[in-house]
Amino acid sequence: MTTTATLTAPLPPGSVDDTPITFSSGHSSADRAFFGLLACSAGIVLMLLVALVVFLFAHGWWALVHFNVRFFTGTVWSAPLEPGVLGLLVGSVEIGLVALFFAFPISIFTALMIVEFAPPPLRRTLTALIDLLATVPSIVYGFWGLEALTVWVQSPVSWLAKYFGFIPIFRTLEPGRFDDSIFICGLIVAIMIIPVITSISREVMSQAPREACEGALALGGTRWGMITDVILPFSRSGIVGATLLGFSRALGETIAVLLILSANNQVTAAILGPDGGSVTKQIAAFFPTSSPNGQSELTLAALTLFATTLIFSLGGRLVVQGGLRRRRS
Amino acid sequence: MTALDQMVGFPQQQYGANAGQARLVARNVSAWFGTKKVLERISLNMEPGQVSALIGPSGCGKSTFLRILNRLHELVPVAALSGSVELDGENIYGPTASVTRTRLKIGMVFQKPNPFPSMSIAQNVLAGLRLSGTKVHNRDALVQECLERAGLWKETRNRLNESGYSLSGGQQQRLCIARALAVRPRVLLLDEPCSALDPISTGVIEETIRELCRDVTIVIVTHNMQQAQRISDTCALFLIDDEGKPGYIVESGPTDQMFSRPNDPRTADYVNGRFG
Repeated sequence: MTTTATLTAPLPPGSVDDTPITFSSGHSSADRAFFGLLACSAGIVLMLLVALVVFLFAHGWWALVHFNVRFFTGTVWSAPLEPGVLGLLVGSVEIGLVALFFAFPISIFTALMIVEFAPPPLRRTLTALIDLLATVPSIVYGFWGLEALTVWVQSPVSWLAKYFGFIPIFRTLEPGRFDDSIFICGLIVAIMIIPVITSISREVMSQAPREACEGALALGGTRWGMITDVILPFSRSGIVGATLLGFSRALGETIAVLLILSANNQVTAAILGPDGGSVTKQIAAFFPTSSPNGQSELTLAALTLFATTLIFSLGGRLVVQGGLRRRRS
Repeated sequence: MTALDQMVGFPQQQYGANAGQARLVARNVSAWFGTKKVLERISLNMEPGQVSALIGPSGCGKSTFLRILNRLHELVPVAALSGSVELDGENIYGPTASVTRTRLKIGMVFQKPNPFPSMSIAQNVLAGLRLSGTKVHNRDALVQECLERAGLWKETRNRLNESGYSLSGGQQQRLCIARALAVRPRVLLLDEPCSALDPISTGVIEETIRELCRDVTIVIVTHNMQQAQRISDTCALFLIDDEGKPGYIVESGPTDQMFSRPNDPRTADYVNGRFG
């Protein structure tokens, strides 16, 4: 017996009920158990974040109520009577910016070198080395910075201060004393965040569609043209993400900053001098020995740093999304 | 000098008075990936203003040969090559030949459409000029002319600023042809350009190829025997004897002859679908 396919004419509209059906879940018990496990893990992460913010608020509440806006606008941290977090925050951001100034170009160029130019054996070696650098504890970088880097950069920093001292950021009131400056701190933190930015950027760049890259070369483009027209636009949002992660790490870095930075904590643009402070250094140095009120002040400072990191992160994301929207329109 | 030449601003003497058509000659081209030889002394003439089809089963080196013709083969780190490829008598692998200038003269359209993801349709068309640093006097007219030549203008004229990725597969492939045409190549290489497309899109691209061959020498790799018959003037059959052996040309000649009265029985078997 043979079966023949027949075509049926479409029914006139409205002649049958065509409301959408509800899909039954139909998942197996193993699937449901696995989903439960994943949901628990995600829930734990979310709860940790909430617990962290609640803790910071609860412990910083006294300082928030007691000092109010003055806490956030005060430029000199003179705890416990007049703690002003702005000076410390500016110091932290300056360290982050100095670190990014050095780390960003080095990381992007290293990632491009690994992805596009290095022959396979060198590519594997460089990738392994970068990953290794990311695992070095920050105390090691801190010691190295204190003992070696401060000596090596003494001459170039002196030169900068001598000949470019008319620019506010290179001005210093104590010529010759550069070893506990925001600049040195930023330099060490830069070395710490280079592996982070390089590693993520390399990963994102390597995802750029090879067909489009070959297409650019096949059109008579140079390698540089392929990088600027295909790889970088494709990886832009990932690179921004990597940079923000690096910047957040620079803002939060404690050990190296504690080892190097001077005890001062004023708002200063002079990054070569010893006057700058940092939120993390202040907390690490004074939290254990502070009174309960002093600890509340430091906790509120930590909350402020947390919020600052969040603002920078969200700002960066918005910039990327804005760029993507402009590109699509 | 065509309107396109004037828009792009290429100096006339650069390509000669009969710009567009060029003879591409491969002489004893062998290729290797590491120690594995993949092509065995290929010699082939690709005549000006004609469509030359490269046919043969998968893995016999057609695409590798095509990539050798515009110096993409050397992008593979372990790739090696012997022999020469001449564009109007000039060896593109010669010591003074520039890779980027060679690729400007010999354009390539890939098997999978590859518009640039971050660019609009118009930007995609102009990408090659931007990449090669060529000045464009009238961008809009150039975009229109290239899209018209690629048979895509009517479908895209109202959405030139949308992403190239918003187009269908067939449209993306024609966008890639338009992009390749904008740099005004003398030879256009097409690597199975219709393999991922439906019959209607395939028909449009074939029509485009037939029209383009008046100005540009075309070399196309195809697995579709009917397509090779429909669009090509000359044909070359590539084969390999065994797995791991290099590919070689069994026979080449006018398409009519290759399909109706081939000299080699293997050609007759292949074009009639008895193997491959």
